[in-house]
Amino acid sequence: MKKLLILGAGTAGTMIANKLSHVLSRDEWKITLVDQNETHYYQPGFLFIPFGIYGENDVIKPKRDFIPSGVDMIVSEIELIEPEHNRVRIAKDNRHLQYDYLIIATGTHPRPEETPGLTDASWRKNIHDFYTFDGAVALTKHLRTWQGGKLVVSIMELPYKCPVAPLEFIFLADWYFHEKGMRDKVELTLATPLPGAFTKPRAGQLLGNILEEKNIKIVPEFYTERVDSEQNVLHSYDEQEVPYDLLVVVPVNKGADVIGRSGLGDELNHVPVDKHTFLHAEYDNIFALGDAAGLPTSKAGSVAHFAAEVFVENFLRYIDGQEMTEQFDGHANCFIESGFGKGILIDFNYDVEPLPGKFPLPGIGPFSLLQESEMNHWGKMMFRWMYWNILLKGKEMPITAQMSMAGKWS
Amino acid sequence: MSTKEIAGKAIEFDADGYMADYKQWDQQVAEALASDIGITLTDAHWKVINFCRTDYEAQGDAPTLRRITTVGGVPTKDLYQLFPKGPAKKVAYVAGLKKPSGCI
Repeated sequence: MKKLLILGAGTAGTMIANKLSHVLSRDEWKITLVDQNETHYYQPGFLFIPFGIYGENDVIKPKRDFIPSGVDMIVSEIELIEPEHNRVRIAKDNRHLQYDYLIIATGTHPRPEETPGLTDASWRKNIHDFYTFDGAVALTKHLRTWQGGKLVVSIMELPYKCPVAPLEFIFLADWYFHEKGMRDKVELTLATPLPGAFTKPRAGQLLGNILEEKNIKIVPEFYTERVDSEQNVLHSYDEQEVPYDLLVVVPVNKGADVIGRSGLGDELNHVPVDKHTFLHAEYDNIFALGDAAGLPTSKAGSVAHFAAEVFVENFLRYIDGQEMTEQFDGHANCFIESGFGKGILIDFNYDVEPLPGKFPLPGIGPFSLLQESEMNHWGKMMFRWMYWNILLKGKEMPITAQMSMAGKWS
Repeated sequence: MSTKEIAGKAIEFDADGYMADYKQWDQQVAEALASDIGITLTDAHWKVINFCRTDYEAQGDAPTLRRITTVGGVPTKDLYQLFPKGPAKKVAYVAGLKKPSGCI
């Protein structure tokens, strides 16, 4: 029996376990999945919790509901990956798990403690995050009774997962305070290390215009050095200051500590892999997918999904000693919730920036690309159902893994 | 792509305005590029430039600020003093590297 070991049962690991369990022979392969948690979170849903749009039941399900039969799921901390010995040490019973092939899908995680001052006495009082379930719930309570003032959304470091989420948060905050009849009491500011609202020019311009229309201030090229939680001021390395009454941060994102401990990661514990095949730079039987991988594209579920499709095709060839002919193109596809029941859709890859046009989707679409529409909002809302029922289970989605130029105005 | 004469050499620049071929680079080119953006190179600048070029050769990408700090050992605060306003981009420009991808 050949042994395939998958570390991490999040979006990427679960999809891959499902897809591979359908195509690898059970007589020849033993698939094992290790994760330290029993709970699967629908992470895109965290954004909606602070505004009372989603509750706990919308974003939480047991991981086991999505693990296919025939895959051995072990709930345990992962202690060490030992690539020289083709084995992984886990905490549970102090076991060693041998592998022929290893897939690392341990994700990336917010690390507020990386920024001086962030987790001092004010953490979860007037400093919050919405990238964890607990953080989103704590922020819900804070917003419910907040009397207004300066609300600052700030990004601590690049890359971070779901790159459009901070924009969506601030768009939704604009809507939320309008609905509460107190928008005039709230000053909204986005402080970002990026040169604008988004990295790519056309999307950056459109999103910048929307910020302006909504009277949201942007402080670009702001690289946070520390937070002074006594004076309520954010300080940048080049000595700019942004005062706040309520600070909502996107903390530094780092890959799992086990990646660093095992010497397999970069300075942020993301695993360097080939950007087209996900094969590790040094070990020819290790792959990394999803947010765990150090790829020059967005850390997002859509990327993990498209990557998983390309990977499975390639992996079947690879284990037969053939060349990996499929080339991942960095495809990402994101609905951006823009408030007041509208959304924007962007679709892009390593080489093509988000462009305007129409996004065809058989049976449902088309959606408008790079412009606001109600249809895009419904696409985003519908996505939760698709995530739980189609995507995680590794079923076919009516979207191609490689980005298509169909409908785009270039 | 455009060609400019820098320190007596015909240097090619890409669409972002960064050197197209880092192998065309030498110390005189670095000094001329630095003076272009108002920087006079000192030993402290050279330490950063040399780290960035070595790292680029190994990794294929211009390093991020965090990487220059954690792997190269230069505090971020110092980087902002040496290459004010956007140090990662400025050091890449002077070191003859491509624009840092700064992906999100």
